[in-house]
Amino acid sequence: MTERFVKIYPRFERFWHWTQMALIFVLMFTGLAVTGLNGLIPFGPAVMLHIIAALALIVLWVFAIFWHITTGTWVHYVPTTKGLFKVARFYAWGIFKGEKHPYRKAYWRKHNPLQALTYLALKLVLFPAIWVTGVIYLTYNFWDSSVPNATLWLTIVANLHLLAGFAIAAFVLAHVYLLTVGGSFRAHVRPMVTGFDKVDLTPEEESYLEQDEPVRIR
Amino acid sequence: MPTRVLTAVAVSLLLGASGALSQEGSAPVISGEGSTADHSKFKILQKEFTSGPEVTEACVSCHTEADDQVMHSIHFTWEFEHPGTGQLLGKRNVINAFCGNVAGNEPRCTSCHAGYGWDDMSQTPQQEAVTPDCLVCHDRSGEYTKTATGAGMPPLDPVKPGTKTITGAEAWPVDLSKAAQSVGMPGRENCGQCHFYGGGGDNVKHGDLSSVLFNPSRDVDVHMSPEGGNMVCSDCHVSDQHSWAGSRYDVMAADTKGPGMPHERRDVATCQSCHGTAPHPATLKGVKLNDHTDKLACQTCHIPEFARGGVATKMEWDWSTAGKMGEDGKPLSVEDYTQGDGKHRHTYLATKGDFVWEENVAPIYEWFNGQVEYTLGDETIDPSKVVEVNRISGDPGDGGSRIWPFKRLDGRQAYDAGLNRLAYSHVWGPTTDSAFWTNFDWSKAIEAGMKAAGAEYSGEYGFVDTHMSWPITHMVAPAEEALDCAECHAADGRMAGIDGVYMPGRAPFSMAGVLGLALVAATALALGIHALGRIFTGKNGDAS
Repeated sequence: MTERFVKIYPRFERFWHWTQMALIFVLMFTGLAVTGLNGLIPFGPAVMLHIIAALALIVLWVFAIFWHITTGTWVHYVPTTKGLFKVARFYAWGIFKGEKHPYRKAYWRKHNPLQALTYLALKLVLFPAIWVTGVIYLTYNFWDSSVPNATLWLTIVANLHLLAGFAIAAFVLAHVYLLTVGGSFRAHVRPMVTGFDKVDLTPEEESYLEQDEPVRIR
Repeated sequence: MPTRVLTAVAVSLLLGASGALSQEGSAPVISGEGSTADHSKFKILQKEFTSGPEVTEACVSCHTEADDQVMHSIHFTWEFEHPGTGQLLGKRNVINAFCGNVAGNEPRCTSCHAGYGWDDMSQTPQQEAVTPDCLVCHDRSGEYTKTATGAGMPPLDPVKPGTKTITGAEAWPVDLSKAAQSVGMPGRENCGQCHFYGGGGDNVKHGDLSSVLFNPSRDVDVHMSPEGGNMVCSDCHVSDQHSWAGSRYDVMAADTKGPGMPHERRDVATCQSCHGTAPHPATLKGVKLNDHTDKLACQTCHIPEFARGGVATKMEWDWSTAGKMGEDGKPLSVEDYTQGDGKHRHTYLATKGDFVWEENVAPIYEWFNGQVEYTLGDETIDPSKVVEVNRISGDPGDGGSRIWPFKRLDGRQAYDAGLNRLAYSHVWGPTTDSAFWTNFDWSKAIEAGMKAAGAEYSGEYGFVDTHMSWPITHMVAPAEEALDCAECHAADGRMAGIDGVYMPGRAPFSMAGVLGLALVAATALALGIHALGRIFTGKNGDAS
């Protein structure tokens, strides 16, 4: 086993990640203003910006879903229980004893089992929850006349949207916090900027990458 | 602000001057350029008229159906049978929270009747053979007016000194011949001389109809301002055979039809009948604003405040304190309010009690389906509660209601304490021994008022708190001065008391808001404890 820098986040994935980060930040900032918890931007402009950012994010997601399917990258998110408990135990306990992180990154499996499960939940539950409720909320005037008790349904949908938004905010907090765990913040962020991360390679993997995909390895 | 004041001053000067100008015999102003008829060339109008009805006679010799049309209009009958409630309304029948009632006070109140000499409310104007008044609406020279207490008659030579017109100006002898030769379609001056002075003075009653609208600046009324649309009342209140669109008793609260087909005639006074049902531009913001039209009346955002432009409106009127005499033994009067145009307004009058005036007033808001129900004189009231003189109907779920802006007058007025009904009172009558404004004796005034109205009276009276609601629909501001989103989309915003809508921004700490904040706080707490653990142990794993 040797540790080498291998490109595991291609250009589109990095573009997707950072654009999504910016849009989610805009959405949280304006969303808090719309719900009355942020006075730094007036209500009207907040609504406009929220809608524009939301539509942009939906377009980005359409591209990202297409990219995951066509490149086969979706396999990174297939959940596994193998090693899951070890990782959880590390964060809850081992870290305080200076233990080594139990997961070793592979270039064909870039997330640890806990990470993969979290991202999968985010992509399959929270993100759909926020955009489905958001689209229903936004298109209220198209369905209110054909649905009985439309105002009640709108209230429910808007509250679910709000809850989903807060849940994503909680994820963002944990996500950023974990960048400080086990190594420096800079070291954790760098791969998502350069695309290259330190990965354990078998001699076979190393020689394959050097010979067949030399641009992916440093 | 200074320009607004200046405009208001200019308007009042112009108004005051209109009478003086007319006396100088200047050439009549003919409105309706391009008309096929110049009325100054009509032989029948080139004579000395000695009374108003004589002029009407000359008018109907050509306009053969006009008098019949007018006599069937609410301007003449002062009666309106509500199609929804069946209530018989109109000035002839209702009791309001301002001057109360017409019955018993006729020549004063009927000074603004569109006819000559209606002095008994127990008779219809037809029964009294009242002649319609053409000139009050159609004189375009500013020459014509009516005296304040003459049951609709104009002041004619010789005018008794001290006589006032219906706008409160010093009366001048009207040259009927000149007025008759100057007729045209009604302008703001015609409608305004009565409608801007309802309740006994400038803007007293409506709040959104004041003398400012004779010549408003653009920010006061974008439609009627010469700097804006320069429109007249009848541009919106379209008429058909002397019957006008736009009723305050039976309002079209929601218009989902819009302008209709090209050339289609729509006899409504709604905003949508010109502006359509999706009036905002096809931008993201415009689409979002159009989304509001299923809940809000246009007026709610586009008339952010009423009583603008320097003329105040009466917001409270307490009749119960009336009757105080000053130290000189004369009826007390206090002028303690100075409005934007510099004019002083009475805050107490021995004849009328205490008033509160306000300007640039933010309306109150109610769901409104257009139906207004009155507490009529035969209805039993609960004097322990505030009596709604006119009840606003509406429900968020009925599809036909919209959230409308209202002026609400807080009143305190006389009621029959034995029968628990609103009381009619006889206030005007310089020569009677029962009129309140002459004798300051409520028991006589109410007894006479009840008698004039033909109502039963127990002989006991008291004063009851009342509310009276006036839909706000005039003084539409320019688009750029429409209400800002945050005026309503905020905790304690303008829609604080309105239910039946979901409004983001109104309740930051709703159930979902609190749960969400708790979730974020719990996450932060957990991460904080984790971070403290790392700091305390001095270890940070080794996950490189």
